[in-house]
Amino acid sequence: MEKFKMLVVDDETDFLETILKRIKARNIEVAGVESGYQALEALDRQDFDVIILDVKMPGLDGIETLREIKKKKPLVEVIMLTGHASVESGIQGMQLGAFDYVMKPVALDELLEKVRQAYERKLIQESKA
Amino acid sequence: MEKAPYQKLRWEIVFVIISFSVVPLMILGAFIYQEFSSSATAKIQESLKTLAENRRASLDLFLEERVSQLVTLAGTHSLERLSDEDYLHKVFNIIQTRSRSYIDLGVIDEEGNHLAYVGPYYSILKGVNYKNEEWFSAVTASGVYISDVFTGFRRIPHFIIAVMVRERNKIWILRATIDSEIVENIVRAALIGKQGDAFLVNRDNILQTSPRFHGKLLEPVSCAMYREACPNFSRATGTLVEEKSMGGMERLYGVSVLQNKRWVLVIIEDPLEQLSPLFRARYLGVLIGLAGILVIVVGAFFITRAMMKELERMERKRAAADEISIQSAKMAALGKMAAGIAHEINNPLAVIGEKAGWMKDLLKMKDLGQSENFQEFADAVTKIEYHINRAKTVTHRLLGFARRMEPVSEKVSINRVLDETINFLENEARYRNIDIQTDYNPDLPAITSDSTQLQQVFLNIFNNAIDAIGKDGEILIHTSLITKTNAVAIEISDNGPGIPKEVLNKIFDPFFTTKEVGKGTGLGLSISYSIVEKLGGRMMVASQEGEGTTFTIYLPMDHEAAHIYH
Repeated sequence: MEKFKMLVVDDETDFLETILKRIKARNIEVAGVESGYQALEALDRQDFDVIILDVKMPGLDGIETLREIKKKKPLVEVIMLTGHASVESGIQGMQLGAFDYVMKPVALDELLEKVRQAYERKLIQESKA
Repeated sequence: MEKAPYQKLRWEIVFVIISFSVVPLMILGAFIYQEFSSSATAKIQESLKTLAENRRASLDLFLEERVSQLVTLAGTHSLERLSDEDYLHKVFNIIQTRSRSYIDLGVIDEEGNHLAYVGPYYSILKGVNYKNEEWFSAVTASGVYISDVFTGFRRIPHFIIAVMVRERNKIWILRATIDSEIVENIVRAALIGKQGDAFLVNRDNILQTSPRFHGKLLEPVSCAMYREACPNFSRATGTLVEEKSMGGMERLYGVSVLQNKRWVLVIIEDPLEQLSPLFRARYLGVLIGLAGILVIVVGAFFITRAMMKELERMERKRAAADEISIQSAKMAALGKMAAGIAHEINNPLAVIGEKAGWMKDLLKMKDLGQSENFQEFADAVTKIEYHINRAKTVTHRLLGFARRMEPVSEKVSINRVLDETINFLENEARYRNIDIQTDYNPDLPAITSDSTQLQQVFLNIFNNAIDAIGKDGEILIHTSLITKTNAVAIEISDNGPGIPKEVLNKIFDPFFTTKEVGKGTGLGLSISYSIVEKLGGRMMVASQEGEGTTFTIYLPMDHEAAHIYH
């Protein structure tokens, strides 16, 4: 059981369900929501260490969600996930404080490696604070 | 670009420039000439009239003086006194000292007998009786008489002036012969120009002086030189000036009647002669006008040609700019589409990837290990993941293409870009039995350029080379460093059929193609050319029909990014 808590935000139900099952199978504490609003609500209810955030979603999109998350909890690390070509939104995400951005499809182990790095950075940031 | 509308526009401009310049010029010229001509004509007529009156006054004065002298002489002497020839001689000599016009002087009684005579024809005239002469009866009737010119006994032209004197119921006559040479001289002073004439006529239109052209003394006025009848001057009254065409020649007539009403002074002049300064001015004016028109025409042609050249140049530039913007719009649209497709495929691909990953996770759990098809499942999942990766490579490359629209500045190894480009075409070349030989300069430095765009250029040239060769041939690629101009040279030669001379200078034109309809857009080399230019380089072609074609590209070694856009 790893020490960090993850939240995956993606509007694609099939993708979300499967990735949650797989992450849980690796003994990681994870939750999943299907929209930006739900993500913000979930964040109100409990703390997460790393959030995987899809860029292109109906309603509140990834960039907007990221901005709100950083307002609420500045220390939460966010990894942007995109199926889209937009380098711009990726760069914008980085400017808004995202840890990294990853293009779909991605191998789960690669993704988890990035999550671990993000968590480490979070720990460093917290110790500084 | 169409030639015909330009040609038409060109002629229209030429025509407008010429007509708008020449028409006012001609109107102005004609107007000025008209004004000058009418004022000059009026002046000439006026001066002729003045001349005629002036000469007429001189003649009148001359005759008046002669008559006065005779009247005075006759009135202050008795017949008896003047009949004394010695005394008459004395008087004649006194008159002669002041006036040489007197030829002789005679005193005649009422019977017509010469009582006394002084003059050179004494022996002839002394005994002559004038009683039956026409002038004798005329003078007895009117007191003073001036005859027409005649030759008389003397055979030289002269005329007589006679005055009658009444003395105690007796009449006698003092008669003088006047040399008409004096009159001739006065008249001759009115001669104008080379064609001008001046003469006196009497009321019977008989010449009283010798004209230059219009007949002989004592004969009727003759206009034989014009092959036309003369106007009758003898019927004139007062002074008048008239222009008349005689035998196709313009003549100006100034006519003035003398006070004695017997004689009419006629002055003829050639208006063309008098107008010659005007004609010279007209000649000069026409010459200057023609020169002006020539200048305008030549100017119009040159201006129009320059304008058309500029217009064509701008049109060509605009067409080229359009071409580039169309091309870049096309590429941008293509990029957008590629990005959209990639995105739409990436999402399901991610789902498939996760599902396959979950299956793999499950297979790792021990309870499934006993299944007899375990290995089959494991293989299938691995294959699925492998092909997801393959598809991912494609979509990511598409996204990469979409991102590579703008020229970038990066360090580029030309040799490597060439190698990569050759890799694309190797299969095609092998299939057609075309041998691609490379001869690189291994020390070629990396240059600042855009590898993707360069790749496009090389790909274009290779493609053309392969198409040109068709089957069985050779493509040689040679790179070198030109230290003098600080440039990298890339030579791409093929041994295809070559490019005919007449189309060699068109191959970089947009939409020029020698390929079949539908096989080529005619844009490849045009775009390549503009790319190389944009990157600060030059592209050239050399070709020998039957031997092959060589494209040479020069790229600057240290090319600042800023230069790309200027």
